Amino acid sequence: MRNKTSLERLAEVEDVILRLENIKKSFDGVTVLNGIDLDVKRGEFITLLGSSGCGKTTTLRIIGGLETADEGRVILEGVDVTNEEPNKRNVNTVFQNYALFPHMNVEQNVGYSLKIRRRSKEDIKKAVSDALQMVQLEGYEKRMPNELSGGQRQRIAIARAIVNEPKVLLLDEPLGALDLKLRRQMQIELKRLQKRLGITFIYITHDQEEALNMSDRIAVMRNGVFEQLGTASDVYDRPRTSYVAEFVGSANIIRGTAQGSDENTVRFVNSCGTGEVSRNGAAIKDGEDVVTAVRSEHIDLCSPESGAKGLRGTVKEKSFSGGMLRIEVGLEDGTSVVSSRHGINADWVPGDAVIASWDPEKAVLVDLEG
Amino acid sequence: MKNRTKWPSVYLAVLMALMYLPILLVIIYSFNESKITSVWGGFSLRWYTELFRDRTMFEALLNSLFVGVVSCFLAALIGTFGAVGMSKVSFRSKGVIEYASQLPMMIPEIVLGMVFLTYFSLLRLPFGMITLIIAHTAFCIPYVYMEVKARLVGLDPSYVEAAKDLGASEIRAFFDIIFPLMLPAVASGVLLAFAMSFDDVIISVFVTGVDVNTLPIKVYSQVKTGVTPKINALCTLMFAITVIVIVIFNIIRRKNDVKTLENKDL
Repeated sequence: MRNKTSLERLAEVEDVILRLENIKKSFDGVTVLNGIDLDVKRGEFITLLGSSGCGKTTTLRIIGGLETADEGRVILEGVDVTNEEPNKRNVNTVFQNYALFPHMNVEQNVGYSLKIRRRSKEDIKKAVSDALQMVQLEGYEKRMPNELSGGQRQRIAIARAIVNEPKVLLLDEPLGALDLKLRRQMQIELKRLQKRLGITFIYITHDQEEALNMSDRIAVMRNGVFEQLGTASDVYDRPRTSYVAEFVGSANIIRGTAQGSDENTVRFVNSCGTGEVSRNGAAIKDGEDVVTAVRSEHIDLCSPESGAKGLRGTVKEKSFSGGMLRIEVGLEDGTSVVSSRHGINADWVPGDAVIASWDPEKAVLVDLEG
Repeated sequence: MKNRTKWPSVYLAVLMALMYLPILLVIIYSFNESKITSVWGGFSLRWYTELFRDRTMFEALLNSLFVGVVSCFLAALIGTFGAVGMSKVSFRSKGVIEYASQLPMMIPEIVLGMVFLTYFSLLRLPFGMITLIIAHTAFCIPYVYMEVKARLVGLDPSYVEAAKDLGASEIRAFFDIIFPLMLPAVASGVLLAFAMSFDDVIISVFVTGVDVNTLPIKVYSQVKTGVTPKINALCTLMFAITVIVIVIFNIIRRKNDVKTLENKDL
């Protein structure tokens, strides 16, 4: 009893609509989720970001009730729903492949959850037409799913999931099957829709751009745990681990041994030269291992004759895409760093010896993972 | 253009000479006025009229239809239940059971006929309509089972998950989603089974009694006493019915595939 009241207080006072407590799950002895904790606030847009196999879909399925956790609890609005059937939870899912019922038209698809709840025909008609309006597909009631384009199916799947006004909407890579242009447009629409409806979104993607664009908070997942949970600028500018830095910011990971640091700056050396990174309160002493993340746009290249300090290497490859020139530099220890800049002109050609350096303020100390 | 090999034409010629030419000849001679098969006596529907006047022939047709419909209905029930049930469970020997349930399609009919004969004698069942229906049901089940199973395997599990997610119970999801989506497979399985039942001679000969004839048995026994052009007319009709059934079967199957495939691919 006491437990339940505290849960209810949590739901009311702190406005936590969904709480995951130490969720664990394994399939055939393979651990997929290894202790997931998450508090989701009402109206929040949370993204689970990770590459395939990181456990993000399993997390979503456990919230939706399509999978049962081996350990831990799922608490929805102060009520423990860990072992409830999916049809008893006020949570709806937009499936990756939409899962529109192929033998029902749009109206029957969208109105399905209302029909099950025995709402009157007029009610259903009204609600369906409202939901279709919400996704800008008015007048499509009588179409069959196979008469719709991919983007339209996507919207119908969303309309079907929101028509019953769920507390939480779960979206499993909903834009994965769409082409890039449509994906960008749908990102904006989804975000707008979420604001208007005020529904909490839990969104899954492996596309870091999508996550950074839409989310209030991002949980970067790896090997069944949250590697970092925070706002877009947290995970992008202040990655906690080398994995997050690489996955979210495509950052260069540079390792070395601390030497000659002071209270503001950590200095390190490795076999290619030296580097600096702002300390930000980290307690690293000289002689300890240092791992730092520097995004490619912050890496500067200069010729060895200039006498600049940095890491010695040779230009390996140049490529141009998305308005950025990308220069890959092979360092002397066999690793490589990428430097990128706007425009297509560069003073370097493959084979040139260069020194790679960066502003210590732009570099971040991270934990090495793996 | 480059691959101008002769093999397709050779294959086509052989196929024509061995399969379709005889069929065509039978069809043509069924409209032959003359009583002697090798002589063309002008176009006539004489043999069709005679065929329909033949009471025993008509009875045999009714028997065949009755056996076909009843055993297909039973096979539809059993095969569908079996396929649905098997789709919901998984255990180690499942593959063996599935294989065993499809084996009857590959067992020589003469063996099946013998087996049924022995079995029914042991059970002291009166040979006739009942034994015919039991035997036909038995060899029809695999066709329904096979079709329905293939359908269920191809069915995206997220349909049922979506239904549950939207508030449906397990049973509700079955009747709203799986049942309507598998009906076409049941229909095509039944049609295939019916085609098999309708033209079966060997098993039927073994398990029928003296007083019950199916159409193929009737044809077979008539041929023994001499081919009349009436048989040509009958064969033409049976051929037509079979073609129609197979065409319907394929239409159902294609429509069904197109519908769900399109939905899945995008």
